[in-house]
This record gives sequence, C-alpha cells and structure tokens, in this order.
Amino acid sequence: MIALYVIIGVVVVLLIVLWFLYNGLVRLRNQVKNAWAQIDVQLKRRHDLIPNLVETVKGYMKFERETLEAVTKARNIALQASSAGAGERAKVEGELSSALSRLLAVVERYPDLKANQNFLALQEELTSTENKISFSRQFYNDSVLRYNNQTQMVPSNIVAGMFSFKAGEFFEVTLAAEKEAPKVSFTQ
Amino acid sequence: MILIGYFLGLAFDSAVAGLVIAILLWVILSLVAYFQGDSILLGMSRAKKIRPDDHPRLFNVVEEMKIASGLEKMPDIYIIDDPALNAFATGRDPNRASVAITSGLLQKLNRDELQGVMAHEISHVKNRDVLLMAMCSVLLGTIVLLAYYGSRFLFLGGRTGSRRSSSSGGGGGAQLIILVVALVFIILAPIFAQLIYFAISRKREYLADASSALYTRYPEGLASALEKLAASTEQLKSANQATAPMYIVNPFRKKGLKASDLTSTHPPISERVRILRAMAGASFNNYDQAYRQVRGGKGVIPAASLTAETVPIATIKLEGEAGEANDIERTRDTSDVMWRLSNYKTITCDCGARLRVPPNFKEPQIKCPHCGRTHQV
Repeated sequence: MIALYVIIGVVVVLLIVLWFLYNGLVRLRNQVKNAWAQIDVQLKRRHDLIPNLVETVKGYMKFERETLEAVTKARNIALQASSAGAGERAKVEGELSSALSRLLAVVERYPDLKANQNFLALQEELTSTENKISFSRQFYNDSVLRYNNQTQMVPSNIVAGMFSFKAGEFFEVTLAAEKEAPKVSFTQ
Repeated sequence: MILIGYFLGLAFDSAVAGLVIAILLWVILSLVAYFQGDSILLGMSRAKKIRPDDHPRLFNVVEEMKIASGLEKMPDIYIIDDPALNAFATGRDPNRASVAITSGLLQKLNRDELQGVMAHEISHVKNRDVLLMAMCSVLLGTIVLLAYYGSRFLFLGGRTGSRRSSSSGGGGGAQLIILVVALVFIILAPIFAQLIYFAISRKREYLADASSALYTRYPEGLASALEKLAASTEQLKSANQATAPMYIVNPFRKKGLKASDLTSTHPPISERVRILRAMAGASFNNYDQAYRQVRGGKGVIPAASLTAETVPIATIKLEGEAGEANDIERTRDTSDVMWRLSNYKTITCDCGARLRVPPNFKEPQIKCPHCGRTHQV
C-alpha cells in the first residue's frame, strides 16, 4: 500500500517537473518567434522606405544610375527572399545594406540634396530603421541563445527531445557586411 | 499625515487609534500613488504627451530602445517644458509605462546620448523599479510611523512605570535598560530604514546604467549624456522626494555638493561616468568589473544576472557625427514641438521669419511684422 503511494507520489512529482520544463521551453520558443517577427517588421519597413529614397534622390543624382540600380536590385532580391530562413535572409539583407551604404556615401557629393526637407525626414527614418534592425537582431540572437541553451541543457533537453523542440537559427550578418553597414551620414 | 494621526489619536484619547489611523492613511496614499502615481506625476509636471510626428527623432529613439530591451508595449512619451536637464520613467508595470524628458535635455543631447538616457529609463521600466521603489517607500513610511508612535508609548509608559516603581520601590534598573535599548532602537530604526531605501535606490541606478550599456551596446553615449547633465545644476520645478529615484540624475542635487553621501537616491554622476568609461565590453559582467575597478569591493549586479557571454561594444555607430542635427537645429526642433503642443500654429514667411499664431487668433490673415507679406492662417 505504502509502495503504491510512493509510486503515485513520484509520478506526480515527475509530471509536475515535466509540466514546468515544457512550459519554460514553450515560453522561450515564443519569445524567439516574437523577436523574429520584430526583425521582419523592420526589414519590411526598410523595403518600403527604399523606393521613396530612390525617388527623392533620383532627381538630384544624374550620374549615379548604377548605384541606384544596385540598391533597387538588392531590394528586389531581399523582397523575394522574405519567406526564407534566418541564415538566407541575413545574407541578402546584408547585401542590401552594403548597396545602401554605397548610395549614401555618394550623397555627400550633392549639397542640394542635403537641403531637401523630404530627404532629411527620410534620413531620420532610414537611420532609425537601420538601428531598429540591428537592435531587433540583437534581441533575437539573445533570445535564440537562451532558447538553444535550454533545449541542450540537462534536464530540459529530454523534454525538448520528447516534444521535438528544434534549435533556433541565429541571424548573423557576415563580418564584411557588418563593416559596410550603411553609414547614414549625408553631410560632412 | 503623522500630525493628522496624532490629533485623531488625541481626539480618541488613545495612541493606538492614532497609530491605526495613520497607518491606514499611509496605505491608502501608497495605493493611490501606485495606481494613479504616473498620471499624478505627469500631470503635476505639466508633461505633454507627444505623437510620433511631433518629434520623430525622440519617438524613434524610444522605439529603438523598446525593441532592444524586448519590451512588449511601446511606452508613452512625454515632454516637460523646463530648461532643467532631466528625464524619468514611470508606470507600475511594463505594459503601462511612460517616459518623460525635459525640453532642456532634449535640446542638449545628440542622438547617441539620447539613446543612452532613454535606455536607462526603459530599463527602469523593464526592471520594475517603479514598483520596487513604491514598495520600499511604503515600508519606510510604516517604519517611521511605528517608531514615532513607539516613542509616544514609551514616553507615556515610562511615566506610568516610574510612578509605579517609585510606589513599589523595586526593579527600576532592569526597566531602565529596556527603556534605553528601546529608545536607541526607536531613534535608529527610521534612520537605518531611510539609509537602506537610499542604498536600494542607488543600486537600481547602477543596474539601469548597466542595462543601458547592454541595450545600446555603447556605454559612451550615456557617459557623455551624464557629463552634460552634471554640468547643469538647474533644478526641476516639478520634482518631489518620493519620485526622485525614477529620474536619471537626482533632481535635488545642489551645486558644489558632492552627492556621494549615504543620503542620496543617486550615485555621484562623476562615478557613474567613470564606471561606464571603464567598461571593456557591453555586458553586465563588464559593468560589474568596471564597478569593482572604480569603487573597489563587491560588484553591484545581482549574481543571477551575470552571464559568461561576451558582448562587444558597437564600434560602428550608424548615425555619424556628420549627419547629426547640431545644437541650433535641435533647439529649433524642440521649440517647434513645444509651440505645437500648446496649439500654436507656425508659419514660416518667405523672408525667413517664423510667425507663431496663438490658438485664439481668429483673423483669417496675418501680416508678417518683418517684411509685411500677408499669410493665410
């Protein structure tokens, strides 16, 4: 009789532990999902800003057709990859970043542009969007790290294995692209 | 309030009733402060809520920090029309938070510095410091009240006791020792409670600084903002003692006074700057090391928050010094916002003059006093 109670007790305790571990994992996984949605929002925002930017800049920059085309092309590629995984997206978005930075580097040659109110507002939006992308990436990577740690550490790795919690993918921008991240300074 | 309790106690001819009433009052006031504190505070400081297009830069910076901290809801943003340099956060939980900044500070700070300050405020929200400090001040108030009434009991009890002992003529020595111990305790308890309150507040400031560095990955931003804050000693008109821990710097600091003593809600600014500048990376670990290096002794970050991961300081700031609005432009931006928030209309004349049209101006046209052109209102 006592043995039965002990067995029931142990099973109940195990179930409670399982319950907590499972909920913890779900919470972390949702945080990762949420953080990913944040990056997505900001990347979309950047995609939306670029046609505006190109339109505003076009009239002033007669001799930079190639640079402008490169930005538009990189944007279209990034747009097509918008349902891909984190690794693939990081790559194409990195290319878009460097195309943008090349465009913004030549802006400095056009003083008229720097006096344009519309452009100044765009500059603030673009600066902020670039910041938001990097901050949301920062938060996403932190969340992925926490989640992955939890899925790999004893004892929650057992629960993760039982309910197939897969490891999250980091959003890494390659070092070269990071160095080239748009320098959104238009004046000297 | 203590006085109210005292007189009520006199009216009921019983100190116990007074004590109960005073503590009840205190609890009610604290509850009001907890649930309505943010709107009272914002209303008292005549803070004005802004929309995204009122001041895009400020709004964007706060949103960036909201993202970096992983806060779920965007806090409300307020501007206080005051030349003093300060900023604060309020709101009892992360979903009902507000941050406020004075117009003086908004003019003074460049983008990186603004980001550092807003990250500090957002981390007060994220770390639930508003709630913590409210709880601490309730506790502090209760201890002060208890000590006050304790002293009254002792005084009355002492009198009756001495009468009794003189009639019975024994046990006076033991009673005296108890009396002295109780007296010392009653005098020291509120002082210690207060010191602990200040110590907690200072600790939360360090933690908010560390979080600011972690969120922005750029401790220099906050450090240079703090330097600018230290240079000004203009006092904020609307601050009060109870809310002091929520500000970025102590709103009551005085010129020449080194506020490093035990009775300050904030650590000295120069020390905060030195710690931030001594950081080798942007993680809590780095802040803890820098803290020990500057101050010596134990670290300041709770051990549970320390992780081994390395977080590099951002070397490339996206907003360069070049594209940055300068002092004059920032001043102009900020004053435009303040006029707009008071429902003034701004018309820029072709001659460069700016006309501010008050909300009660009813004429359909206005003439520029500088060049004489007429404008439609």
